[in-house]
Parts: sequence; C-alpha cells; structure tokens
Amino acid sequence: MTVAQKTAGRKIVINPVTRVEGHGKVTIHLDDDGHIKETRFHIIEFRGFERFIQGRPYWEAPTVVQRLCGICPVSHHLAASKAMDVVVGVDTVSPTAEKMRRLMHYGQTFQSHVLHFYHLASPDLLFGFDAPVEDRNVIGVIKAHPEIATKAVLMRKYGQEVIKATSGKKIHGTGSIPGGMNKNLSIAERDELLRDIDDMIAWSVEGLELCKSVVEADMEHLLAFGTFESSFVSIVKEDGCLDLYDGNLRAKDADGKIIFDQVPPSKYLEYIREEVRSWSYMKFPYITSLGKEKGWYRVGPLARINNCDYIDTPIAEAERVKFVALGGGRPIHATMAYHWARMIETVHAAEKIKELLNDPDLQGEELVRSGERRGTGVAWIEAPRGTLIHHYDVDKNDMITLANLIVSTTHNNEAMNRAVKRIADQYLDGQEITEGLLNRIEVGIRAYDPCLSCATHALGQMRLQVQLVGPDDAVIHEKFRE
Amino acid sequence: MSAQNDTPETSGETVKLLIDGVEIPAREGQTILEAAADAGIYVPRLCYREGLPPGGHCRICTVKVNGRPTSACTFPASEGLVLENNTDELNTMRRQVVEMLFVEGNHVCPSCEASGDCELQALGYRLGMIAPQYPYQNTTRELDASHPDVMLDRNRCVLCGRCARASRELDGKSVFGFEGRGIGKRIAVNASHGLAGTDIDAADEAVAACPTGCLLVKRQANLIPVGKRTYDKTPIGTDVEA
Repeated sequence: MTVAQKTAGRKIVINPVTRVEGHGKVTIHLDDDGHIKETRFHIIEFRGFERFIQGRPYWEAPTVVQRLCGICPVSHHLAASKAMDVVVGVDTVSPTAEKMRRLMHYGQTFQSHVLHFYHLASPDLLFGFDAPVEDRNVIGVIKAHPEIATKAVLMRKYGQEVIKATSGKKIHGTGSIPGGMNKNLSIAERDELLRDIDDMIAWSVEGLELCKSVVEADMEHLLAFGTFESSFVSIVKEDGCLDLYDGNLRAKDADGKIIFDQVPPSKYLEYIREEVRSWSYMKFPYITSLGKEKGWYRVGPLARINNCDYIDTPIAEAERVKFVALGGGRPIHATMAYHWARMIETVHAAEKIKELLNDPDLQGEELVRSGERRGTGVAWIEAPRGTLIHHYDVDKNDMITLANLIVSTTHNNEAMNRAVKRIADQYLDGQEITEGLLNRIEVGIRAYDPCLSCATHALGQMRLQVQLVGPDDAVIHEKFRE
Repeated sequence: MSAQNDTPETSGETVKLLIDGVEIPAREGQTILEAAADAGIYVPRLCYREGLPPGGHCRICTVKVNGRPTSACTFPASEGLVLENNTDELNTMRRQVVEMLFVEGNHVCPSCEASGDCELQALGYRLGMIAPQYPYQNTTRELDASHPDVMLDRNRCVLCGRCARASRELDGKSVFGFEGRGIGKRIAVNASHGLAGTDIDAADEAVAACPTGCLLVKRQANLIPVGKRTYDKTPIGTDVEA
C-alpha cells in the first residue's frame, strides 16, 4: 500500500488496497479544515468478459466466464451452467448432477471463506489494526500462530480437493456443463474426502470460535466499526432456509421487514437495476422499487444469515441462533459481523460436504439431461461473497448475443463506499493521518471480501437510457443511445 | 484449391532404412513416416492423418534424409536411406513451427473444448513448448455457426487441410478448400452462406479429421471429464511407440 497525501489538493489516496482480490484504490477528499468531504472506493482494473463472450457458443460460457476469477471460479462456472440449463431446456438437472454441483460449490465456499478469514482478514483481527505492517500479514500469522496457519492451509487444500474431485481441476475445471455434469464421484474419491471431513468440521468450528473471541473481546468497538444500516439481499429456499446453490431472491429492509420474497431468476430485471458512475469500473445496483438513492443493499454472508429463517445443518444453525440474538429482532448491521457470519457459513459448508459425501446419489449414472432450446437463460447462485447473477441471450445458431453478470462485489459497491465514508468519519476526521488509521479503511473494505476482478467484467459503450417522466410518474418520452 | 499430393505408389519390396542409427524395415515406396510408425518410431506430425493422402503442409514431420530436411509424410522409403528424426535440432525446429501456429491463430486452450484432445496442444506439450516466443498476431478469424450441428471456428484453424482431404476422399463431398494467400489464407466452404449451405453432416470424416477445436460437432463440449481425455494420461505419439 502506498499512501499519498496532497496537502494542496486535500486528497488522500490509498493505492492499492491490500489483502483483497483484485486492484482498487480509495480516495478521501478533505475540505480546507481537514474534515472528510467525500470518500470513494475506485475499482481500477478492467476485465471485459460480458463483451468478449458475445459471439461465442453458449456451451463455452461455463468454462470461459469462470476465468473472471481465480478465487471463486466455481461460482461463475456453476452460475453459467445453471443459466445454460435454462437455455438447453432443462429445468431440473438429475439428482446426481445437482448434488455433484452442490458438493463443488460447498467445497469452493469452504476454501474461499477460509482463504479470506485466515489469509486476508486474520492479520488485522489477531494483531490489531494498528500493529506494525511488517507483522500484520499472513507471514506474521504463520510466525505467531503456526498451528492456526497450518490448519488454514490444510482447510483450503481440502476445499480445493473437493473442487478437483467434482470439476476435474482445482482451479478452472470443466465438470459442470449445460444440462448437468460430466462426471460423478467415484467411491475412491468419496472415501478420500470422507477421511478428513470430521477434522474440517472441527477446525471450522475452531475458526468460528476464534472469530467470536476476537469480536467478544472488543465487542463495543468492533460492532460499531464502520457500521451503518442497509437492506439485505440473498437467495433462500421456498421455506426460508439458507441455500447457497439455488433458490429465490429475498430482500429485507434495515428493520428486517420483507421488501420482496421468492423472486425467481427470470424476473430479476424487474427487481434490480444497475447504475453507472463515471469514476469506477464497477456498477451500482439498486432495488428498483426503492430507487437509486435508497435502493442500495448488501449481499454476502451477513445478508444471508440475516435473511434466512434457518440453516439446515445443526452446528451452523445453533451458531446462527446465537448470532442473530445480537440484533434483538432486527438484522445485524455491523460491518465486522461479516467475518462472524462468514465463519458460520464455513461450518455450514463443511457440514454440507459431509452430508453430501454420504449420499449415494453422487455415484449415480444419470449426468446430463436435455430439453427444448430457449433463447434466454438467467440463473443465480450464492457465491462466497454474495448473490451472483448470470443472464445470457443465445441466438438460433447457439451463439451468445448478450451477457449480463451482476457479481457479489458489485452488489456491495455502495455498501463498501459507505463503509469507507463511515470509517473515515469515525477515525480520520480532523486527525493527523497515520498508516494505522488508514489501515482501518482497508479493514472495512476487507470485511466485505471484495473480489474486484469479478466485479469489473463489462466492456464497450454503456447503453444510455433517457426517460422523460411526467408528474404522475408516467414515461412521456424515452430515448436510448447504444 | 491447393493441389493435393497422392499417396506414393508402393512396390511392396522390403528395403532397409537407418533412422537415428537404428535399422528398420520398410516397404519400398511407403512413406518414411509410415515405415517409422510400423517400426514403433514416432515422427511428430500434424497435417498427416492415417487413411488420408499426405498433405505436406505443416512441416512438423520434417526429418533429415541423407542430411537434407524433408517432410516424412511425403517422402518414399528406399533402400539405404539414412534418417535423422529424434534430434535436438529437429525437435527444436518442430517446436518453433508449433509456436508459430499458436501465435498465428487465436488458440485459447484454457477455455477451448478441444483441450485435452487437441493435437496442436498435445504437440506443444510433447515438444516442450513453455510459452510462445513469437509475437501474437491477433488476427481476426471468422466463426461459422450457421449449420445446426457443425461449427467452424477459424480462430483455431492451423490450415492443415485434413478436413478438405477427408471431405473429398472419404466423404465424397469436397465441402472444404483453401482460399487466399499468405497470412490471409483461410479454410473456405463450398457455399456462399457458410456451412449451413453445404451438405456437411456431423458424422462426416471431415469433422473427425480436424486436429484442433476448429471443426466441431456442436453441443459436445466437455462431455469427457478432465483425466479421461485423449492426451490426459499419455503424450501424443505414445500409441505409435507402443
């Protein structure tokens, strides 16, 4: 991280933001009295997948689009596959295919959450936000807490082995295809994974306890740190159960009241829109009914735990109950609560992996189904960082003509900007700026575990829509610039 | 259309060749690539395909015959030829040819459905290609998806002509041919509106003959999992050497 402070321009720049996936920077604008005027979290990298997947055959999407990211490619692999299930006319894949995909997804959630908590976030949590930067990193964690670091490496390895067994490779596999999967789980692969799963559950519970102990030791400070209120969006099952692989969309407001519920993927455009701002490559989604100003929301582990009615694995459910009690009937809004929620999900993912490994459907032979071709496919999944939406239009020659990806980090764009502003207001305002203080900005951003590579995938001119709306909200005139 | 070579006439008489110091038998007139293969010796090749007349396009199978470089797929065996095949010099040249093919087209192995079954990729691995040392040409290549069952993605074409020979010799259709010259040379189809206007069928030998992901049967991508694809376990050429 380099920190540039321009006294004349009254601007502080943190570039790059460290221990996040991808490249971003923060600018903090001060007024003449040194007070915070404005903060911005800029995404300065550029990807372009939505554009260059156009003109490619639909069956390439699951393997091409996952290359957006090296951390959670499985999310894109599966979201694209699910969208292409719709395109090939398959509304329900075979039980073997669905459970193989779920296993892949829980394996990925497990490794990604572990990566974030131990490798990226734990230096702040274990050493404190003001610790010397030479120690406040993953090498410092290895030196000071070798047992925790070793378990972290082995947990991540385990998740990657689950991914390899289901997708063929640890990173960027090919297992999921339109209409199903190309492999089942052999008995040998199953037994190999079953051998260590109890350790993984136990170690993830240890990780959760570690996270809780850090929060509980400094509860008042950490729960207030960078905290603000927002709506929350996530997928839930029909009965409100947490589900990371499939379900319908639910949105709750800051008080926990339902804004919308059980929205199917095909209707996402009616409920969520995206705004473009000139200073960032990342778009700003909002809930249509609430408008641009009030419609922003948060996704990810905290949103999922706040939104769901229960979790269908015992340890994670017991922990969820303890966690939500902190809110006293309202959603929990603390930025740092993301870590806690993330570790509850880590436990849940490990429990789910065990449940699936013991399911004989994984050795089934029906892998791929087919149906009548359709022109559009929309699907979503709860990626480790939050709701991930893939939308494709496919022409009669099987070529993709449109791709719209709304990724987790994009949903959290406004929220991360709010967190930066809030922390700047809380800690920097009128202060002499130190690296420790600026690290707090990064701590706030890291809580959301942003993946900036995933979030900047558009290419080409943004379509501009202009509407002239009368006093009765009726559209009088409408123009588009392509 | 380019002129195509015909398979040399074979007299059937047994002759002897020396290849990398090893004496092997051959039928006179048989190509030295085939004679080597019969003796369990692999000469790397790309535009050659068993059952088709040789093309001599790609030069991957270049060997030295009595000290002079020539393509093994077209050169007839005769008594007493002294051949060099598996030498550092020749393998380096072959690798450079493969590298040039990679940079000339738009070969994106990580997301290509032919990955693991692609002869170009497999040659890259066998010949020790780490990364291309030549500049990428980033040429604009046309994709023809007009046919309901077959797709032609020229980004992945290496101009081996196997599809053209197979279509003409085995399918009796002559769907494919070359047009243009130099860097502008490309595989063409015998219809003005793309593959949809031809009588190609997904079961045609022409489709099976493509060594890369250029000519494909649609909707078959990644049906074979990683680990079970053609070149996942053993390098290209192992079948010849077995």
